[in-house]
Amino acid sequence: MKNVMDYLKRQAEQKPEKTAFADEETSVTYAELLDSAKRIGSELAGYDCQKKPVPVMMKKSVFTVQIMMGIVCAGGFYIILDPSQPPARLNQILETLRPELLIASKEYSDHVSELDFSGKVLIAEEMGHQDQDTEVLHQIEKEHLDVDPLYVLFTSGSTGIPKGVVVSHRSVIDFIDEFTGIFDITDQDVIGNQAPFDFDVSVKDIYGGLAVGATVQLIPKEYFSIPIKLLDFLDDRKVTNLTWAVSALGIVSILNGLSYKKPSAIKRIMFSGESMPIRHLNYWRSYYPDARFVNLYGPTEITCNCTYYEIDREFDIGEKIPIGKSFPNEKVFLLDEENHEVKEPGKEGEICVSGTALALGYYHNPAQTAKAFVQNPLNDDWMETIYRTGDLAYYDEDGQMCFTSRKDFQIKHMGHRIELGEIEAALFKIEAIKNSCCVFDENKNKIVCFYQGDISKKEIVLEARKYLQDFMIPNVFRQMETLPVTKNGKLDRKALKDSLASK
Amino acid sequence: MEELMEILEDISPDVDFENETALMDDKILSSFDVLSIVSELRANYGIRITPAEIIPDNFNSAEAIWNMICRLKEG
Repeated sequence: MKNVMDYLKRQAEQKPEKTAFADEETSVTYAELLDSAKRIGSELAGYDCQKKPVPVMMKKSVFTVQIMMGIVCAGGFYIILDPSQPPARLNQILETLRPELLIASKEYSDHVSELDFSGKVLIAEEMGHQDQDTEVLHQIEKEHLDVDPLYVLFTSGSTGIPKGVVVSHRSVIDFIDEFTGIFDITDQDVIGNQAPFDFDVSVKDIYGGLAVGATVQLIPKEYFSIPIKLLDFLDDRKVTNLTWAVSALGIVSILNGLSYKKPSAIKRIMFSGESMPIRHLNYWRSYYPDARFVNLYGPTEITCNCTYYEIDREFDIGEKIPIGKSFPNEKVFLLDEENHEVKEPGKEGEICVSGTALALGYYHNPAQTAKAFVQNPLNDDWMETIYRTGDLAYYDEDGQMCFTSRKDFQIKHMGHRIELGEIEAALFKIEAIKNSCCVFDENKNKIVCFYQGDISKKEIVLEARKYLQDFMIPNVFRQMETLPVTKNGKLDRKALKDSLASK
Repeated sequence: MEELMEILEDISPDVDFENETALMDDKILSSFDVLSIVSELRANYGIRITPAEIIPDNFNSAEAIWNMICRLKEG
């Protein structure tokens, strides 16, 4: 298989009447999804988007999936733009992509017109009415390569400019085939999709569902604010599988949602995005003692996940859950600072990954790509690219990999990967702020901003929203006369972080 | 009520808690805001908010939140 469309074609042939995707209001069968993808694809083919980026600004819905599949059908690759992102950030993304075409739902057409985009805007609601052009689609399919991009996901960049991770059909197919096989995901499953489509946890839901012919139920974002709606939805829709961000499972646990209702069909709960607090794991396990619980690890650059650990015992509060062992389609190993492989238990090294799951690099950013995707220093015989994750880990006595920390200032917060440098770069644009330094308080799960300048917290937040997404806005602000510096004159982050412990 | 306003403004400084009357219905509060409010109310007022209480009727305005606090404290 070399095109994810083959998943959809297979299901449309084998189970045409089965519901493929459903949201709060509507649903689509496999046959309908394939038909709409071909219609939309035929229309898009008229704009020549083969091997080109097509940004999509729509709310998560069944219709969004139809548009995404239409883009794939036309040989293009999609980029989901979250309309709630600040326009300045959206403009940075568009500047990186330089797309000729953008698809937006009607409700966001005004929003799009305010962005720095001079290309063609197609209104999603007006699409899909054209007949299929079988000949053109066949030609596009013939020219398709498995290493062609499928999507670009933008992640936080330390310089203040988001990085677009380009992921190919090959990477997704290889990962999804292993993922669904290892965890026995079948057409009997109902997948409860939590993750937004601009977040790679959703790739497992969308393509996992398509690969096996399951039904994917798209959970409205706002249900995570109203636990009874969320739990009623999961129960009513007979959801069996949750592949969620840790923070989403944490919401249910903190609000004690399962005391209201325990959705009866759930049998598999997988989580990723950050370290799972044991109290949340124990909470869920107490309600689902017979369910499979799996810790998944991996950055966007290696297509969803590269390691997994199936929970096989009780964990005590304070213990860390291993990130486990690698998926069969990739090699995951540790390198020390001298580029020697680390094998002995307890010794720390940087997590490195090779295999077909590696992304194609960062879009229009050869410098960053060359820095992160490098030749395997253990191999001087042929070209073998590895991705250096920047994550540090060690092997425990059982040979399971355990994450310890980051090499740099990247953090995981509310399920998102954030470069503290991106926040500081945004704050630097606020005139009243003379200097700032952000640190992450792991104990309180809060981003703390120390700053110099005559400006209130409220004013900073209002300004920062122009450049940063909600989850990047610091939670705590501390105004200071001066920020501490090290002997070398650099900001003393450690001193600031240590000061948190004494508060 | 004054203390509640401080708590709310600390969680979301840019939300107009004085005047907003559809905080949840209009999705002004994110799930993490709701989580923070529930945690802070528990810490500051010693009340346990059950999942059934976390609905728009109780969270759409500062006044609604305050009424819920008073009701749960009495209970």
